Amino acid sequence: MRADEPHLFRRPRGKLRDTRITLAHGAGGKAMRDLIDDVFVGAFGNAWLAPLEDQARFSLAALAIGGDRLAFTTDSYVVDPLIFPGGDIGSLAVNGTINDLAVSGARPLYLSCGVIIEEGFDVELLRAIAQSMARTALAAGVQIVTGDTKVVQRGAADKLFINTTGIGVIPCGVEIAATRARVGDAIIVNGTLGDHGAAILAARKDLALSAPIESDCQPLHELVRAMLAACPDIHCLRDATRGGLATVLNELAQSSGVCMRIEEQRLPVRETVKGVCEILGLDPVYIANEGKLAAIVPGVAAMQVVEAMRALPCGRDAAVIGEVAAAPEGMVVLQTIFGGERVVDMLVGEQLPRIC
Amino acid sequence: MKYVDEFRDPHKARVLVNAIGALVSKVPTTKSRPLQLMEVCGGHTHSIFRYGIEKLLPDAIELVHGPGCPVCVLPMGRVDDCLALAEQPNVIFTTFGDAMRVPGSKKNLLQAKADGADVRMVYSPMDALTLARQNPDKEVIFFGLGFETTMPSTALTVLQAERENIRNFALFCNHITIIPTVKAILDSPEVTLDGFLGPGHVSMVIGTAPYDFIARHYRKPIVIAGFEPLDILQSIWMVLKQLAERRCEVENQYQRVVPDAGNEQALAAVSTVFELREFFEWRGLGSIDHSGVRMRKEYARFDAERKFAVPNVKIADPKSCQCGEVLKGAIKPWQCKVFGRACTPETPLGALMVSSEGACAAYFNYGGVDLAKMLRVRMEETEAEHAR
Repeated sequence: MRADEPHLFRRPRGKLRDTRITLAHGAGGKAMRDLIDDVFVGAFGNAWLAPLEDQARFSLAALAIGGDRLAFTTDSYVVDPLIFPGGDIGSLAVNGTINDLAVSGARPLYLSCGVIIEEGFDVELLRAIAQSMARTALAAGVQIVTGDTKVVQRGAADKLFINTTGIGVIPCGVEIAATRARVGDAIIVNGTLGDHGAAILAARKDLALSAPIESDCQPLHELVRAMLAACPDIHCLRDATRGGLATVLNELAQSSGVCMRIEEQRLPVRETVKGVCEILGLDPVYIANEGKLAAIVPGVAAMQVVEAMRALPCGRDAAVIGEVAAAPEGMVVLQTIFGGERVVDMLVGEQLPRIC
Repeated sequence: MKYVDEFRDPHKARVLVNAIGALVSKVPTTKSRPLQLMEVCGGHTHSIFRYGIEKLLPDAIELVHGPGCPVCVLPMGRVDDCLALAEQPNVIFTTFGDAMRVPGSKKNLLQAKADGADVRMVYSPMDALTLARQNPDKEVIFFGLGFETTMPSTALTVLQAERENIRNFALFCNHITIIPTVKAILDSPEVTLDGFLGPGHVSMVIGTAPYDFIARHYRKPIVIAGFEPLDILQSIWMVLKQLAERRCEVENQYQRVVPDAGNEQALAAVSTVFELREFFEWRGLGSIDHSGVRMRKEYARFDAERKFAVPNVKIADPKSCQCGEVLKGAIKPWQCKVFGRACTPETPLGALMVSSEGACAAYFNYGGVDLAKMLRVRMEETEAEHAR
């Protein structure tokens, strides 16, 4: 037991016998207690959660051993379908928040889990999703330490929504910031672009696409740790989720007042993803990822960082895709395979409905 | 990607660009300005910008981006009609995704959806028919939009609805036909076009014969073109070749997809269900005779215009828009007074800024660094004006 771990509070666990979620499961009574105990506490099983206090409590001193700053983030997950090739809403909710912490350089530690369930939701499916969250958290070495459950009337939410909030500790000396991209820096990605968005599209029955694409849903904190070991002075890191690579590079270009120059030929994109994009008229640089990051590192360290990334499974296809230039300021410019140039702007609206 | 990458080979492109450069000097011309070639189809416009083809071409060639984007040319009044239909009680209004953002006089379909209308995005008219089967107590309206490319699938859906006797399905028909519009452009006095790239997908349905008048009557060469960069470059080369040899013919570069006779079954379905309208309104171009189709009276029970009250109001294009002049090649998109100022992809005023296939949106999105810089300067100017 670690120093900050509370004592286990022994009490009889509730057991859920229903097959569908009803409004009673959100009403605060015994039905709700049974749901929380059986589905969530049972799956997440840790000493912080078990006493069912209204909050998890940590020792500050124990946190401070890992670094000098806290990283704190939140994200909500409304993906449809709930289960897709390569993951489900549960694994997505855990990895997504881990990644939001990881790209600050933080070591992710604790997550919360808030769920909003539509009346009539299948209990077995909920159990499977909670177990998926637990497995994902265990694999990543983080704990789900507090939570909340709400049930809303049929039609008031679409099946299941999950919010996760995360806390991590940033080691001393790590200074990753969107404003730090400098002329001459290298632009790096850790692998193929657009896998998650394309997998979600292909998994939607209404499109009737049968492409064998898996979501890239994966935690990136070990990768970031390896990158920081290779080059402690990483300038910028962003998790390329909604809006894809194009959006994060635009954000970084604007924050740092530089131009991101990327080469179409160097962008790693799977053949199947290219195919889906081709059919639907989409551009892979705008498609969502759930396990891909864009890194801006000093040019001299680029190859070292890429080699460190390639040593890990989630960085196997890491590549330098371009370079930071001075002008035109605040823009992303893509060199096409034909040698022409075009501006890769932010999307005006949603390219697609709800994909993360 | 197999069967696609072959048509995007940069080395082959280089060879074609060199051949185009060599050929253009042999074209006899009396004009002091560049040769103007119009690509009729919005799909071509999109490819030209996505791959930066314009920049590869010699200065002596200018591409004029034609009216072939059905989303762009949809007039505001028709969008208002859509909204009126969508906002009726008990209606599920279905549409292709790219029509969701087309501005009506007050709002677009996306906003109507947020306001409570049941608007759903579908990928095929058959999906709308499925919705009708699944929701027998609702009226499902499909917003039929597009040229001859999408007309057959809409026609077949209506025929299927008839076979199954589905009573709660209706079509709001806004299908248009490109030929009268090309003719209207050729007839307008300010036009100085030298040749055409013909639409690939439309031709897959209608074949090559309907373009004969362009070569015969107007003495302009036309080459039906595919959509990959090498298709487009080869088609440009073929038009130049005709010009150099003083020929005016309809040629088919896109033979792997377009049969010269078109698709008989598709055409049969279209003529069973649809008939020409006397005229149809185009955003940016005004009313053009015989440029749209409506449902024949035999299919009246599937016709949303007969089944529901459609306001059918005419709303004039914003005065500041110069879409018509851009479409005819009289001015370039950035020469329009409102381009990049009042009219942007976020807040499109004119037709051509609406869809990514519209010439102005393509310039705005893919216009390259110089244009981006220019726009930024303009935007700052506008902000400064507002500040004053």
